[in-house]
Amino acid sequence: MSAVGVAGDDVVYELTLFVSGASDLAARAIANARDLCELHCAGRYNLAVVDIHDDPSALLTRNVLATPTLVKSMPPPVRRVVGDLSQADKVVAKLDLPMVPDTRRAT
Amino acid sequence: MWSDKPRPEPRGLARCSESGLSVSITAREVLLDRSGAIGRDAPKFGALRKTATGISGLDEVTGGGLPSGRPTLVCGPAGCGKTLMAMEFLVRGIVEFDEPGVFVAFEETIADLRSNVASLGFDLARLEADGHLVLDHVDVLHGDMEETGDWDLDGLLMRLGAAIDAVGAKRVVIDTIETLFGAFTNTAILRAELARLFAFLKERSVTAVITAERGDGSLTRHGIEEYVSDCVIVLDHRVTEQTSIRRLRILKYRGSFHGTNEYPFLIGEAGISVLPITSLSLRHNVSTERMPTGISRLDLMLGDGGFFKGSTVHVSGTSGTGKTTLAAQFCDATCARGERVMFFAFDESQDEIIRNMSSVGIHLRQWVDTGLLQFQCFRPSLLGLEAHLFAVHKFVDAFDPSVVVMDPISDFISLGTSADVSALLTRQVDFLKARGVTSLFTSLTTSREPTSVERQMTSLIDTWLLVKTLEGNGEHNRVLYVLKARGMANSNQIREFLLTDHGIELSDVYVGPQGVLTGSARQAQEAKEQADGAAWLEELEQRRVNLDRRRQSVDAQTATLWREFDDESDIVKRLLSHGSTGADDRAGQRVAQGLLRGADVAEQSVADGDSDDEIDA
Repeated sequence: MSAVGVAGDDVVYELTLFVSGASDLAARAIANARDLCELHCAGRYNLAVVDIHDDPSALLTRNVLATPTLVKSMPPPVRRVVGDLSQADKVVAKLDLPMVPDTRRAT
Repeated sequence: MWSDKPRPEPRGLARCSESGLSVSITAREVLLDRSGAIGRDAPKFGALRKTATGISGLDEVTGGGLPSGRPTLVCGPAGCGKTLMAMEFLVRGIVEFDEPGVFVAFEETIADLRSNVASLGFDLARLEADGHLVLDHVDVLHGDMEETGDWDLDGLLMRLGAAIDAVGAKRVVIDTIETLFGAFTNTAILRAELARLFAFLKERSVTAVITAERGDGSLTRHGIEEYVSDCVIVLDHRVTEQTSIRRLRILKYRGSFHGTNEYPFLIGEAGISVLPITSLSLRHNVSTERMPTGISRLDLMLGDGGFFKGSTVHVSGTSGTGKTTLAAQFCDATCARGERVMFFAFDESQDEIIRNMSSVGIHLRQWVDTGLLQFQCFRPSLLGLEAHLFAVHKFVDAFDPSVVVMDPISDFISLGTSADVSALLTRQVDFLKARGVTSLFTSLTTSREPTSVERQMTSLIDTWLLVKTLEGNGEHNRVLYVLKARGMANSNQIREFLLTDHGIELSDVYVGPQGVLTGSARQAQEAKEQADGAAWLEELEQRRVNLDRRRQSVDAQTATLWREFDDESDIVKRLLSHGSTGADDRAGQRVAQGLLRGADVAEQSVADGDSDDEIDA
């Protein structure tokens, strides 16, 4: 269905999730991010989780204002979403993730 | 990234803010600054601590500065000077008070910020390199902040915290945080997070300036004032009668007295200057020292020796009455004593004044050459009222004169409404008085009645000299009188005002049945008086001669009288001596008579004694 999804079968998605500390919000975001990646690009993604307290340089280099922030750096263009990723459809649309094959949803 | 590793966020703050209690009032905050009057900047023990901004005039208006360790909101429309005021607050904090600062810019890039304030002499790059300043441009990525659930602003808070830690900042500017409203759609979360941000700033005890755009019908477009409630400064930018005036008002200052007026401010070459109208509260140091006017007769008219030092002198009169000459002579006399004079000329150039004055023997060129006299010649319309005032401040600050002349101030009337003009003059007079500068203003009047501005000025002026021309006898002549002279035993006489080849001279006018005589009529009168005087002298001499004669006559008469008196006296003396022998004779006669009558001697002597007593009594 999606041209991007079909053309990008060999593309590896580079994703970074910036969270702040070990909060509920961070835990929720990490769980949601993993679920989304597994669902949409299983086997061809790298998801890094960065706690900004551990690596504050990301604040400037990646311009992180709000946490959690999920940044997709590959494939271009660089896209980002903020929030705990509970609204999955928004994340998928914004980050241009491949559409989910109907098989899994049906089962 | 900055050198120091930032501290982890205190998570407890989030709970506090999420419950909606954005600002908690502590006991310290409600303590009022009872030191009172504006301009007294030393707070009493326990009073609200204030952080001086270093911005000219703002510290007077706020009674010492912004509340220490708390955020202050500066709001106003676009282009009113918010960012500049915030930046000046930071830079002056670093330069003058050794308080490092952080500037978080949401709108302008760092390169823009640096170049925008470079024209004011602020070298931000150097301050950054010296480790006193952090400039942080936060790109809010408009349209690239898709929200997919709950979020917080920990990233921003950490960034701010790291910047504060990097330089040990005491002052923070956030310009303009409302930009975040354009980036995030979930305003409920954003508001809670902003509350947390301000709580964080208070927690870090930084004195913060938050800028915000003015909204329609509200202070700020997104209600930032809800979070920053300690001190609110409103800037405005209005155009009245084609003149743009920036104004500043302290809308709110919790726990402190503050000036409530709208204060004009200007962005000048050295940053922002706020002009508090009544900053001086009539607390000038007064002097009893006199400044000679350069016209000895005028010094006498003013009681004893001239104008008071630091007083305000107003010379008003119709066209061509010698106002400028009077001012020039005062300048000349002041420079001759080695004091500095600044001459603001609004309708003549320096060379014109020097040329014109040399024609009456006042040579100003020498003082310009020695640097004692400085001219500032410009048309008032060049600057406008406020800018004019700032120009005067700047020039006077730089030159530090003991006398300032403004010739003429009536040119200002066309620049604004009479209320504006009199406000300008009030502030100008206040400023000059506070510096102890003696000021002389001239003003051109068209009629005998004082203008409305002059009437308003009356209360500002200490000494008011009026020069005018009297017509009559086919000529018109200048006269001068002292309309008002506070604290001086001044003359009430009208004097004729003569422009000679060696400056101004005053001479008496003749007041007679025909009224005041001046010019040739006075001279004629003087000649007549001289002639009259000669006749009078003759008469006097005659009288003296007469008196001498009379004295001679009196002397002669007196001599005669003395002679008569002496004769009389001789006779009386003679009679007195004869009288005593006569009594003895009478006693002898009685004895003889008694002998003749054959009376008893003893009886007779008793009877004779009685009768003698009776005779004596």
